[in-house]
Amino acid sequence: MQKLLNWVDERLPVVDAWNNHLAKYYAPKNFNFWYFFGSLAMLVLVNQLVTGIWLTMSYNPTGEGAFASVEYIMRDVQWGWLLRYLHSTGASAFFIVVYLHMFRGLMYGSYQKPRELIWLFGMLIYLVLMAEAFMGYLLPWGQMSYWGAQVIVNLFGAIPVIGDDLSLWIRGDYLISGITLNRFFALHVVALPIVLLGLVVLHILALHEVGSNNPDGIDIKKNKDENGIPKDGIPFHPYYSVHDLVGVAVFFFIFFIVVFFFPEMGGMFIERPNFEPANALKTPEHIAPVWYFTPFYAMLRAVTVDLFGLPAKFWGVVVMGGAIAILFVLPWLDRSPVRSIRYKGWLSKIALALFAVSFVILGYLGLVPTTEGRTTVAQILTVLYFLYFILMPFYTRMEKTKPVPERVTG
Amino acid sequence: MRKLIFGLFIAFLPMLGLAAGGAHLDPIETDHTDKASLQRGAATFTNYCMGCHSMEYARYKRVAEDLEIPAKLFEENLIFTGAQIGELMKNSMNKDMAADWFGAPPPDLTLESRLRGESWVYSYLRGFYKDESRPLGVNNVVFDKVGMPHVLVDLQGLCAVEPNIGKKSSVEPLSGNINNGSVCPEYATEGSMTGAEFDSAMYDLTNFMSYMADPIKVERERLGIFVLIFVAIFFVFAYLLNREYWKDVH
Repeated sequence: MQKLLNWVDERLPVVDAWNNHLAKYYAPKNFNFWYFFGSLAMLVLVNQLVTGIWLTMSYNPTGEGAFASVEYIMRDVQWGWLLRYLHSTGASAFFIVVYLHMFRGLMYGSYQKPRELIWLFGMLIYLVLMAEAFMGYLLPWGQMSYWGAQVIVNLFGAIPVIGDDLSLWIRGDYLISGITLNRFFALHVVALPIVLLGLVVLHILALHEVGSNNPDGIDIKKNKDENGIPKDGIPFHPYYSVHDLVGVAVFFFIFFIVVFFFPEMGGMFIERPNFEPANALKTPEHIAPVWYFTPFYAMLRAVTVDLFGLPAKFWGVVVMGGAIAILFVLPWLDRSPVRSIRYKGWLSKIALALFAVSFVILGYLGLVPTTEGRTTVAQILTVLYFLYFILMPFYTRMEKTKPVPERVTG
Repeated sequence: MRKLIFGLFIAFLPMLGLAAGGAHLDPIETDHTDKASLQRGAATFTNYCMGCHSMEYARYKRVAEDLEIPAKLFEENLIFTGAQIGELMKNSMNKDMAADWFGAPPPDLTLESRLRGESWVYSYLRGFYKDESRPLGVNNVVFDKVGMPHVLVDLQGLCAVEPNIGKKSSVEPLSGNINNGSVCPEYATEGSMTGAEFDSAMYDLTNFMSYMADPIKVERERLGIFVLIFVAIFFVFAYLLNREYWKDVH
């Protein structure tokens, strides 16, 4: 066995890779609850890839056959129902863990120097994940799949001059059709997963280059012992591999409760109109995107004024796009001398709390039909969402921060 | 650790709150383990509904097996199209012609109870009443201006006024029994069943449709228990392993 390993290692640096990324990758020893979600995101990604591959074996990517083939998977394919529920629940679980993972980054300043690239790769992952989820959602070819895609693709039509041609180009047809389904299928199962995997590798390589942040926001590499090992660091493997295993067990427990007992999650993970095949001639009464897009959808709908001769819909798209784009520049907005929310001032704490609450309420507002009152609330919350970022260079500099300890506090 | 469990649970929790129940419906709870009820529902469906409504995503054979109806008996009594038992449950109605007759072709009903909800189906089936202003002479309190005739009029009779749907609970909350009070206070024509008998037949039919929309439900929930037990035991070992490794880290 050792000889085989040596033979391989002389030709491929497997031992180095193992040490650099696991056995001798020193992670801060004070990771808390919030640090489970990175590895859980990897777990869900693997789940999506494996179940996705098996679903592809029985799915029929045509306008005529897609809906029936999903029911075929649910009824005639051995364990097909389980594969599909693992995949559909996994999609929502992916966004839950990714949102919590991102919130962790916001709390502990994990995007700050020198981790800007980690944040950027992470944001690209989020962007690709949204595209992946959106295209995957069309594939069951139910009514909400169809009309959700119709609404979202039509948004591109709001762009002046090129808009209509652009949405036509995306659809490949004058309305969502089997042609759109085919190309979304190709992108969903081939193109985007490749990009996603590549970005995940970059995200982790960049992380392991500079080292993990921690709840104290302390640079553990400043405090090394005589062997050059950070005093507050412990090898990722076995310490965090066994630690994450506990998180995996808890996650699976909740995940499987949904998969086996509430696979529709009350219409949140699988929406009711999707039990009816796509029908281009029948618009559902109420079209709502899946829950993980609703905060942005609420922002889109919150914009109701025409401006500079351009329609409100266009500005809604700008606001929605801006809400995601502004996350990319976050590392350069935070001017605080400290990373973690633990040592930032009360202005930062209030700002983060308001931001999180706004995002959650916007998510709710995007699910329900609009009323005048709800639109007003959505407008206020949209402004709050943006103020978190726009005012960040000011409040992070103004406020009085607490002194950061030399060593991690556990 | 408690924080982790709690946090993850909270993260999923808001989704459950949105499990919406419609207003003005008679709520029911279906039971896919009640084979007798499902068999009666299957008989009603194939006899009264399948002439117009297919269940084209499901196969006869699966129904026969799940409902414990012998294949021979099933073929002789419940398949009217001459189909083989392994075939999908289609019917012979021409969709274009049906669109001419009813305004829209009768929809496939395999997934109807998941699309609209079980309570909706149960209420709709009992919601027909006499309305001379409509082309077919009937309307439905749950589905206004419905294009479907009252197919079960021979069983229920024709209600002269709007039936009382969703105006009182028709399910006994403790026993799960359906209340005896008829939804229809006044009949234009009498049917062969009493109000209670018809309610019971419609419960069976709804139960059957609910089973058809989600045939794996009983098996899924049975397996789910074992999966959760496995994960719980795995958790204990993972937790102890983690504690063992971390006891020296300060």
